[in-house]
Amino acid sequence: MSYTFQFGEVLRYWPLLVQGAINTLVFSVIAMVAGLAIGVVGASCRISSSRVLRAIAGAYVEVVRNTPLLVQLFLFYFGLPALGLRLSTSQAAILALTFNTGAYSTEIVRAGIESIHRSQIEASTSLGISRLQTFLHVVLPQGLERVYPALASQFVLMMLASSVVSAIGAEELTAYGNRIQSENFRAMEVFFVCAAVYLGLTYLMRVLLAAVAYVAFPRRRALGSV
Amino acid sequence: MRTFTSHDILFLLQAARWTLALSLLAFVGGGLGGAILAVGRISRVRALRSLASLYIQVVQGTPLLIQLFIWYFGISLLGADLSPIVAAAIALTLYSSAFFAEIWRGAIQSIAKGQWESASSLGLTRFETLWYVILPQSLRPALPPTVGFMVQIVKNTSLAALVGFVELARAGQLVNNITFQPLPVFACVAVIYFAICFPLSALSRWLERRTHGHRQLVRGT
Repeated sequence: MSYTFQFGEVLRYWPLLVQGAINTLVFSVIAMVAGLAIGVVGASCRISSSRVLRAIAGAYVEVVRNTPLLVQLFLFYFGLPALGLRLSTSQAAILALTFNTGAYSTEIVRAGIESIHRSQIEASTSLGISRLQTFLHVVLPQGLERVYPALASQFVLMMLASSVVSAIGAEELTAYGNRIQSENFRAMEVFFVCAAVYLGLTYLMRVLLAAVAYVAFPRRRALGSV
Repeated sequence: MRTFTSHDILFLLQAARWTLALSLLAFVGGGLGGAILAVGRISRVRALRSLASLYIQVVQGTPLLIQLFIWYFGISLLGADLSPIVAAAIALTLYSSAFFAEIWRGAIQSIAKGQWESASSLGLTRFETLWYVILPQSLRPALPPTVGFMVQIVKNTSLAALVGFVELARAGQLVNNITFQPLPVFACVAVIYFAICFPLSALSRWLERRTHGHRQLVRGT
């Protein structure tokens, strides 16, 4: 093999790489927050007494978890315009990532909610707290606290999977990598550098998510488990 | 431009065979690699442990798509013909082996330490203990997440479409390019993926309930 690596050819494009990394983070954070919101709503549907709500949330979770993100992305990006709803590449990317993360979060949050002992709910009822208040102030915070590690690793996996949205040309790190390698024909170097940046993003997200846990779950902090 | 017909559905189903073939390759290759890595992770040699752990960290900390690009372009650097299926099989194998390693290491370490100690007090070597005592017992906890990860593998094969390998997702793109009916085409593609993945998910869940009696958290994208 007589190949000389020339990383300088790639590092010349550093502003593009930085912008790509920022965009990847922005996509991920939006999908994370919106996906968690869907997850909370989805989980409360999954455990609701209404059969219809349970069935809808269950179908959503199963469909999303058993089809590839790439196909979901194509459905949003190419399929929705056929229904008259035209999305930009970034909108389609964020929508697909949110839709995807929502389903995984639903299952994780549901597991958290179900892990809360019935006696907590009975105690709240006996104190005259309404069902909604019990859910919002008693069950949900403790449930989220318990499954937070699972949520956090799911979010990191989602950030990595977001590289797929480059397939429709959404402007994030992988798409910029592709653009750079089409200009300088240094594919290996470009993707090695991209891999390194993603590795950095993975650690950054882990630190950020740990910081969020530190602030959000003071009880965990007191127990020394964060 | 023409309409989406049963002929196209047949084409998609034929392409789905490549999705299955690639999944199988990744499962077998990833399983072998994962077994080796899992043993490395619990090895008493520190260098082996760190090496295996480093490999897993890097593979799990970078996107599969980037790994796939590296192999796809890397193979062409070695002077071989650009062969998307080889690149996809290698990338998926190496990616899956990192995840299998972690799943199986967890299963091995879930076996009580006393089993190791009593086996060694009976004069069994470390390898004999692992092979005859630990592995048969760790099969039970390992099975549900292993089947669960097979679902991830099937879904991950769709990335091979992005280096031009004509499996199910790429076939969907091709049919869409001719018919320009994205909604029915990609819905059909999604249904075929679902038909492959859902039974595996259900099996994983059933196995999980049988082993633990409570639900696990299945992760992945």
